[in-house]
Amino acid sequence: MTSNILEMRSITKVFPGVRALDNVSLNVARGEIHAICGENGAGKSTLMKVLSGVYPHGTYEGDIVYEDEVMSFKNLRDSEAKGIVIIHQELALSPHLSIAENIFLNNEIKRFGLIDWNKTGQEAQKLIARVGLRENPDTKIKEIGVGKQQLVEIAKALSKRVKLLILDEPTAALNDEDSAHLLDLLRHLKGQGITCIIISHKLNEIASIADKTTIIRDGKTIETLDMHKDKVDQERIIKGMVGREMENRYPQHTAKVGAEILRVENWTAHHPEETNRVVVDNVNINVRKGEIVGLAGIMGAGRTEFARSLFGHSWGSKISGKVFINGKEAKVSTIQDAIDSGLAYATEDRKRYGLNLIDDIKRNISLASLKKFVKRGLVDDNREFVVASEFRESMNIKAPSVNSIVGKLSGGNQQKVVLSQWINTNPEVLILDEPTRGIDVGAKYEIYTIIQKLADEGKGVIMISSELPELLGICDRIYAIAEGRITGEVDKKDFKPELLMKYMTTEKGTK
Amino acid sequence: MSMQTANKTSLMDNLRSRLEGVNLRQNGIFLALIGLLIFFAATTPGAASLTPDNVSNLVMQNGYILVLAIGMVMVIIAGHIDLSVGSVACFIGAVAGIFVCRPLEQDGWDWLPAMPWYIGILAAIVVGAIVGVWQGFWVAYVGIPAFIVTLAGMLIFRGLALMTLQNSNIGPFPDEFRAIGNGFLDKENALGLSIGLPADMNAMALILTAVGILALWLRELTTRRGRVKYGQPTEPVIWFLVKNIFLSLMVAGAGYQLAQANGIPYLLLLMIFLIVVYSLVMNKTTFGRHIYAIGGNLNAAMLSGINVRRVNFWLFVNMGALAALSGILITARMNSAVPKAGDGFELDAISSVFIGGAAVQGGVGTVTGSMVGGMIQGILANGMNLNSVGIDSQMFIKGLVLLFAVAFDVWSKRRK
Repeated sequence: MTSNILEMRSITKVFPGVRALDNVSLNVARGEIHAICGENGAGKSTLMKVLSGVYPHGTYEGDIVYEDEVMSFKNLRDSEAKGIVIIHQELALSPHLSIAENIFLNNEIKRFGLIDWNKTGQEAQKLIARVGLRENPDTKIKEIGVGKQQLVEIAKALSKRVKLLILDEPTAALNDEDSAHLLDLLRHLKGQGITCIIISHKLNEIASIADKTTIIRDGKTIETLDMHKDKVDQERIIKGMVGREMENRYPQHTAKVGAEILRVENWTAHHPEETNRVVVDNVNINVRKGEIVGLAGIMGAGRTEFARSLFGHSWGSKISGKVFINGKEAKVSTIQDAIDSGLAYATEDRKRYGLNLIDDIKRNISLASLKKFVKRGLVDDNREFVVASEFRESMNIKAPSVNSIVGKLSGGNQQKVVLSQWINTNPEVLILDEPTRGIDVGAKYEIYTIIQKLADEGKGVIMISSELPELLGICDRIYAIAEGRITGEVDKKDFKPELLMKYMTTEKGTK
Repeated sequence: MSMQTANKTSLMDNLRSRLEGVNLRQNGIFLALIGLLIFFAATTPGAASLTPDNVSNLVMQNGYILVLAIGMVMVIIAGHIDLSVGSVACFIGAVAGIFVCRPLEQDGWDWLPAMPWYIGILAAIVVGAIVGVWQGFWVAYVGIPAFIVTLAGMLIFRGLALMTLQNSNIGPFPDEFRAIGNGFLDKENALGLSIGLPADMNAMALILTAVGILALWLRELTTRRGRVKYGQPTEPVIWFLVKNIFLSLMVAGAGYQLAQANGIPYLLLLMIFLIVVYSLVMNKTTFGRHIYAIGGNLNAAMLSGINVRRVNFWLFVNMGALAALSGILITARMNSAVPKAGDGFELDAISSVFIGGAAVQGGVGTVTGSMVGGMIQGILANGMNLNSVGIDSQMFIKGLVLLFAVAFDVWSKRRK
């Protein structure tokens, strides 16, 4: 028996148009805490989905060797039967059921075919004691906080006799105290012989808890660092995460920057349900004509929340602050107001928030500016066709005609439809939220060219992206945002990934 | 070899792009309707289903469901449902009775001024719209699912109808009022007789049929010319000709049969007017486009600046007004407002919409499709009656037709 509990050998996973994992290898020793680091979209989650059987055996290449046997999981159940349990960032608990019911959900303790509630309660009590949760097992999930819910998930994993526990961003939604408790618990479980894989963006946590760290970038394993031997600190991990060749991935561009076109002052927004939680915290930014301004931040930093609260208050509650467009204060309290004031927002999630997938290209392009197509009270669909066809030409949307259904297009072409929709409203400032998410390299280059052309036409562009190299490649200036606050502003001449990564991970009180 | 494959693919592409102008789903449902017509013509004794009187009956018996289906398809495209339309139709029938007949003076309605029949109809439709305001308020501005609001409405308005009727019938109605549901344009064929046509050959019906066919061709040709001019893909010429010649023949056949019966029903004129207007609303106004956008992707519609609440609100106001019209039609046809009127109408209207190709998830559907769906149900019921099929088997078959129509839809989508 080798000392490795898990060996993932040369895993390759291809999605249509994207090579999500390319020959990735991962070796995890028994009883260690192994961190996986990488930027958003690097392939971490895909790797874990391959491991846990979400992508069944046969849909990927390579071998999973677990406890010295080659595994061929067909689904989550198969991997759980072997003691591999994954806890996702979005917790999979049923809010109206109790702690005990959730722990034994789909794994119920039965006697004569009926659920034995006495035993369930007793076992649940033992399990939650093991994870250090002091609650009545009959308490409903919705009545306890996220930190405690996370512990219930771990108790649930323990009930399945977990040997390899995988945690995807376990502390992303937790406060410092709950995070510290969770990390302690992981060390404690390690003492009991449970192996743990942890995916996290919080590099200080990784530096303190992990035994080894594997870095993944662009679907490839870059390196595995031994955290005890190699004197590894955060800077070292960052270097592994961002260091990549940057030539030719971004079109050359010289900005012709003009007068200020957008200024946002003291912008604050609260969570829509938990109205006391500040998510966007006193943000001040400005954008000039012809300028591409980046907004960099890790997931959950408040980038999208800021953009959407700005765009017609379409997210959040108790929103305050001022917006100036071309020096005049603009009214943005409804989306129609925001559009009329000259703002446009292209969403990060085009399928859920951007497109009517069952309708055709031309009607999607005209949707946000339909008023412009009305002639004598009726929508002129011939003009709609002509305008959409012009966009098809200029944006190079690959489809037989603009009467094609949007849902059948590739991600890159869908993104071009989203951009066309918003360019067609003739905005002053475009906010582009993850405009290249989930699209292949060639289409990305095209999107960059389009963005630069928009800037050259005198528009202001705010670009939100999780991919730091992308922002460094095409922006003229970048704001870093962390925990809803602007933590840094960097001009093109000072662009350095390490510097931005530092700003992006600046936490409250550590500035 | 590679030349050949290239040729083949370009041929396939060519075929595909040619087919793109042809709406297969819509044409499929239309073919089903024709199949049904042929089937019943062949099976009913003496082709009873196609006799002049029966063609006339088909129009009269289905008008009030089709009116409901117009409003219903809009509601369903937006992702809602309306279960209350049958009760609302009954309630408005009763209200129209009060307005037009004023039979219950001894029960406290004597304060109402006497209304001429046409004012009474308008006022009743306004009451229907107010019903829609009530339901639209709960759906759009409070955010209660339409299923619940209209399930409650089903009870509320049936209750109000019973209260208004005080458990009896209201009638009879003035002749002018009855004519909307029962009347014919120049029934006596004065025009035909004056130019020497036989009594059973209604001249007005023939003229209107000809006008209708002419209008059909004019519209099809101008639309096609517009599309060609702007370089939009069009149906192949052959298909265009076959389709429209066939349609014209059907219109001509129906018109000829109606001319031999009592002439063109007023109801048919009203239906044609509504279908034309509402098709235009759905395809060519911002309101219609917004309905499709909301049903297709609510979040995207909102982020495109569409005032979703306002659209939902007006959808229900419109539905209320159309339910009122339906109530007036059924009351006029029966010459009496009765407590059982409109019972189960909501289900017929909803099935019409789904047989007509609307999607349960919303975003998909057309007015004309729903009309064809409604006619399929109507012809099915009528044909089974003529074949003396019992009501039990009729229900059974109607249920299966609805299920299979939607299953076919789901299945054909999955195959893509």
